[in-house]
Amino acid sequence: MFMSIIIENLTHIYNFGNPFETKALNDINLNIEKGEFIGLIGHTGSGKSTLIQHLNGLLKPSSGKIIINGFDITKKGVSLREIRQKVGLVFQYPEHQLFEETVYKDVAFGPLNLGLEEEEVHIRVKEAIELVGLKFEEVKERSPFELSGGQRRRVAIAGVVAMKPEVLILDEPTAGLDPRARDEILSQIKALHQKYNITIILVSHSMEDIAKLVDRIIVMHKGNVALTGKPSEVFRNVALLESIGLGVPQITYLMKMLHKLGKPVREDIFTIEDAKKEILKLMRRN
Amino acid sequence: MEKMIEIIDLVYEYRKNEEEKVKALNEVSLNVKKGEFLAVIGHNGSGKSTMAKHMNALLLPSGGKVYVHGLDTLDESSLWNIRQSAGMVFQNPDNQIVATIVEEDVAFGLENLGVDPKEIRKRVKEALEAVGMIEFSKKGPHLLSGGQKQRIAIAGVIAMKPECIILDEPTAMLDPVGRKEVMDTVKKLNKEEGITIVHITHFMDEAVDADRVVVMEEGNVVLEGKPKEVFSQVEVLKDLGLDVPQVTELAYRLRKEGINIKEDILTVDEMVKCLCQ
Repeated sequence: MFMSIIIENLTHIYNFGNPFETKALNDINLNIEKGEFIGLIGHTGSGKSTLIQHLNGLLKPSSGKIIINGFDITKKGVSLREIRQKVGLVFQYPEHQLFEETVYKDVAFGPLNLGLEEEEVHIRVKEAIELVGLKFEEVKERSPFELSGGQRRRVAIAGVVAMKPEVLILDEPTAGLDPRARDEILSQIKALHQKYNITIILVSHSMEDIAKLVDRIIVMHKGNVALTGKPSEVFRNVALLESIGLGVPQITYLMKMLHKLGKPVREDIFTIEDAKKEILKLMRRN
Repeated sequence: MEKMIEIIDLVYEYRKNEEEKVKALNEVSLNVKKGEFLAVIGHNGSGKSTMAKHMNALLLPSGGKVYVHGLDTLDESSLWNIRQSAGMVFQNPDNQIVATIVEEDVAFGLENLGVDPKEIRKRVKEALEAVGMIEFSKKGPHLLSGGQKQRIAIAGVIAMKPECIILDEPTAMLDPVGRKEVMDTVKKLNKEEGITIVHITHFMDEAVDADRVVVMEEGNVVLEGKPKEVFSQVEVLKDLGLDVPQVTELAYRLRKEGINIKEDILTVDEMVKCLCQ
């Protein structure tokens, strides 16, 4: 199996050696396969943001190393440009970082900084804008500030996609959006994953969204990986998840409760469609 | 029924550019009852925030009227009375905090009103107790979590002894724990202190516990009723691009398969009861 990301004994200590010293990451070991779609969850302060900031070189480990597609990004002398070409990070509220006069210029900013030819930049910008579900001809000359909140966010994501990263990390890409805009962005992320088979790490507080999208969940707690596995495996641990300030989708609570009351239904269900099938089976049996 | 807020044929227009005018609110009429917990949902751009800002005279009508506790918001001399009876909490916790110590932040509004220092101290203490943040009174707000900051913002409003609090997506930027803290606080203020709540949100689970839900679309109220009445209209809500709770959606899909199940199920417990009959 080809590993996209290998994290070995990663530790990060903030304010080392002064009274505010905090261990934000505590000897983390993780492997992420190429093309995997990962959901990263954890309570605020669990270390998930610290972890993703290491993956694109914003933070340097106190100890340990990170290898991305065979390339050690924590080695001495590695340029940030090399790292950022491999790993794209979409921050929370990325639309706050838009600054150019037109959508085109904003999306082109990163690729131009990579020193790419104008022609290549044009191809990438067009492709990225269309990938996030916007019409290139309609938006390219518009100011990003005239667009709606959901559209602005998509422009910001396009700016990262245009860098053609091998790994794409999104930190709560749907925070503050209304349900429709949320669903649009999530389905575009899914399409991006399917089309290019890039490795994706999605940070989210919504267990429902995570359940719908990801191959594997990584649960962080107090700087450690508390749990990792397929959604069906992770959402089985309701008590543990609740004890660290997380939960499972509402539908999973329902199935667990039915199971507890002696109904012959599966507990490891976390989408509405699967719950429907399971309940239909139950009712048609009676 | 005593009316806390009365909105009559409210129109709000603004100029987008030289030629174009946009109608953000199009003859909206709505009453908020005293002591009520009202949830307002609708997607971005539906006009819900614009309406909320009319409820404490942050925006003034282009047409129609808004009365807050009987006071006309267009009457400038009532402004301070209106702001005192209807307080507002916004989305971003970091934009609402002005002082470097929690208790000073909560006292800010009162100091501006020139309230007696003794009375300020008493009210700040009561307000911080009401939101469960009294042990943080001497802390710096920057050390608090998002949910805690929002509770400080709420305390600042409560200290003014308002009859009504309008919350404009107060949980949008919070994590699940922070959301729960804020919602528990808001519900408690409604139940125990009898404060009228207008809660604007994208999270349908927060609207489920309201006394009444109003759905907005294109500057108008398109649906209104008890949570059960509103959320049972799954198709209408989906067309509007809104969510329903997962169990409500499940009930809807089961009905479509020909299963005889109630359509107004909102919680896991109700669903369990229904399936175990």
